[in-house]
Amino acid sequence: MTKINGLTHLINLQEQIIEKKRDEITSEHFKGWGQEKFAPQALKEDQELDAPRGKEIRVVLRNCTLIDPESLDDYISEDGYQALAMVLENNSPEEVIEIVAKSGLRGRGGAGFPTAKKWELTRNNPGNPKYIICNADEGDPGAFMNRRVLEGDPHSVLEGMAIAAFAIGAEQGYVYCRAEYPIAVRTLIKAIQQAQDYGILGNNIFGSDFSFNIELRIGAGAFVCGEETALIASIEGKRGEPRPRPPFPAVSGLWQKPTSINNVETFANVPQIILTGPEWFASMGTEKSKGTKTFALAGDVNHTGLIEVPLGITLREIIYDVGEGVKKNKKLKAIQTGGPMGGCIPASMIDLPVDYESLTAAGSMMGSGGMIVMDEETCMVDIARFFMEFNQEESCGKCTPCRVGTYSMLQILNRICQGKGEDGDIEELERLSKVTRVHSLCGLGQGAPNPVVSTIKHFRDEYEAHIYEHRCPAKVCRALIRFEINKDNCTGCTFCAKNCPVGAITGERRKPHEIDQDICIQCGICFQTCNFNAIEILPGKAQLVGENV
Amino acid sequence: MKDQVSENIYGLSGQSMHELIHQFPLDQTKIREKIDEILQEYKYVPGGLMVILNEIQSQIGYISQPIQEYVSLVLNTPVSAIAGVVSFYSFFTTEPRGDHTVKFCMGTACYVGGTQQLIRKAEQILNIQSGETTPDNRITLEVCRCVGACSQAPVVVVDEQMYGRLRPSKIPPLIRDILRKYEDS
Repeated sequence: MTKINGLTHLINLQEQIIEKKRDEITSEHFKGWGQEKFAPQALKEDQELDAPRGKEIRVVLRNCTLIDPESLDDYISEDGYQALAMVLENNSPEEVIEIVAKSGLRGRGGAGFPTAKKWELTRNNPGNPKYIICNADEGDPGAFMNRRVLEGDPHSVLEGMAIAAFAIGAEQGYVYCRAEYPIAVRTLIKAIQQAQDYGILGNNIFGSDFSFNIELRIGAGAFVCGEETALIASIEGKRGEPRPRPPFPAVSGLWQKPTSINNVETFANVPQIILTGPEWFASMGTEKSKGTKTFALAGDVNHTGLIEVPLGITLREIIYDVGEGVKKNKKLKAIQTGGPMGGCIPASMIDLPVDYESLTAAGSMMGSGGMIVMDEETCMVDIARFFMEFNQEESCGKCTPCRVGTYSMLQILNRICQGKGEDGDIEELERLSKVTRVHSLCGLGQGAPNPVVSTIKHFRDEYEAHIYEHRCPAKVCRALIRFEINKDNCTGCTFCAKNCPVGAITGERRKPHEIDQDICIQCGICFQTCNFNAIEILPGKAQLVGENV
Repeated sequence: MKDQVSENIYGLSGQSMHELIHQFPLDQTKIREKIDEILQEYKYVPGGLMVILNEIQSQIGYISQPIQEYVSLVLNTPVSAIAGVVSFYSFFTTEPRGDHTVKFCMGTACYVGGTQQLIRKAEQILNIQSGETTPDNRITLEVCRCVGACSQAPVVVVDEQMYGRLRPSKIPPLIRDILRKYEDS
């Protein structure tokens, strides 16, 4: 394999590849051209990434589905690695940091720390060697932007990492990818190998005196490892527990050396900023939040999947233009952003611009980019309970406020959802939230109360209905609802009886069936399987024989 | 040669190598050779413990106590440190799993989409709780964190194959498909 020795060589190669492709297209023997050829095996049925809609602008996702992620040639034909070659030939590391500073790029992992500032701090710290780490431990439930970039365009991340390494003066980089993403891991291994073959990674890249290598490290299913100090501990082969900061990783990171940790999406932005110029990047977004952001749009919205929108866009534009409205024309209730440490934004705030500051002010956060749309049939107490369960389970247990705080809050929420809430529970939740937020060691504990705080703030009436009236307004909490069969609609098809896991449904064929409330566990399978809308969910617990309610 | 390598190293804690290699599963030559290979390859990688444990988990399927002690002797690391790492990460298991793992995604979108009904259906068919393995060691039921396929919620992952947009009625054929492999062979 010939090693590429500079920008001119790279551009020549690009022309050759494009030439070759043109020949392939015109060749009449060539069959199967188009999407089919470029879509990787596992993603042929692309339900995740559609053509851009509404105000979408693709920067990070520009190559996804358009190129073969396993072909370096494809990436080169899309101006790949030209930014790196340009930087190595024309710029000093300081200039690179200045370009990124001008673009206004902020960390896409959620906190929004200015990327250039992070690089500058790492560069100016005296320790040597320095390290660059790509945080691909995308653990937020409901978020899959990073996975898609790694599976669809891995080289853009590697290029961004190489540019960052040049800027901070690092020679070794690590990609920390979570184990739940086997395809992303495979694609990355291949991409790193190809880049080494072409001399894009390794010693004396493009004939310069800059050397850089990337090693892939795989996690083992710990959510907290997305936190930067925990991630470093995990790469060092230890338990992934965070440690107090300062010192920040820029001062003392991997093996106590200056380390810069950036998100996958941050790195994928860098080559485009270098190629197209920081002014172009800064022209998108708001005054403080520049550029675009990818979101994983999920939940009760017609068009789910990955989107990339300029920052500053309103939630309304995302849900109704890009997402094509709420499913089945139901009423929008809330939008959950920022993953398990984010918050729920009520439908009344739908004109909120999506940027780092506005989301934080609304009690949520940008997070890595999960965005879950919830319709009127979602119980906000149940959602708060779900996220608290997640946070409680994923709390590493190192610091007491997070370990005990999440557990205590979950206990209360569980009780409320079971209809056993007591007067004063809401106030106790608020108190625990405050303690956990203020005293926890890392972002997980500090953010863990967010789902509770934001739902209490905007949906206090639902909590009160659960506690004082033992009623779930959205008819979700199982202890507070009962299922009954509407005799007019029931055709006696026996389908529900066959699917009932506890055998609570009885009845003769072609005659209306009945649910035995003593046996029913309120699992809702009958409601889902009935084809005739004969199962009704009624508020209020079923009055059982011999039970005093 | 491999035996020589293992016999020559003695750690400070846990049992001696001589006793260890007569314990299951290390008394199985094939398994021990695999572990030795992994250890030789990653022994000197900085922070290699995670890499080693990841490899053992994926190739052997579990990291039981004798394996942990063996790794501890070879790496000259206290067993407690290794047990600490193994117990911290949810991907590492200390007990053998079934031949096939059925994982139910518990991400937000899947949870809202009805994963719980799917789990209940599967538990009912196999007569085990999630987190358990069937007595014949064929299927392990597991609840896992978001697998990042939220647009296809609810999602179930069988080994590495992903099934999206499932309803409880699709669970019996799914499990039947897994069991059919045994009938064929």
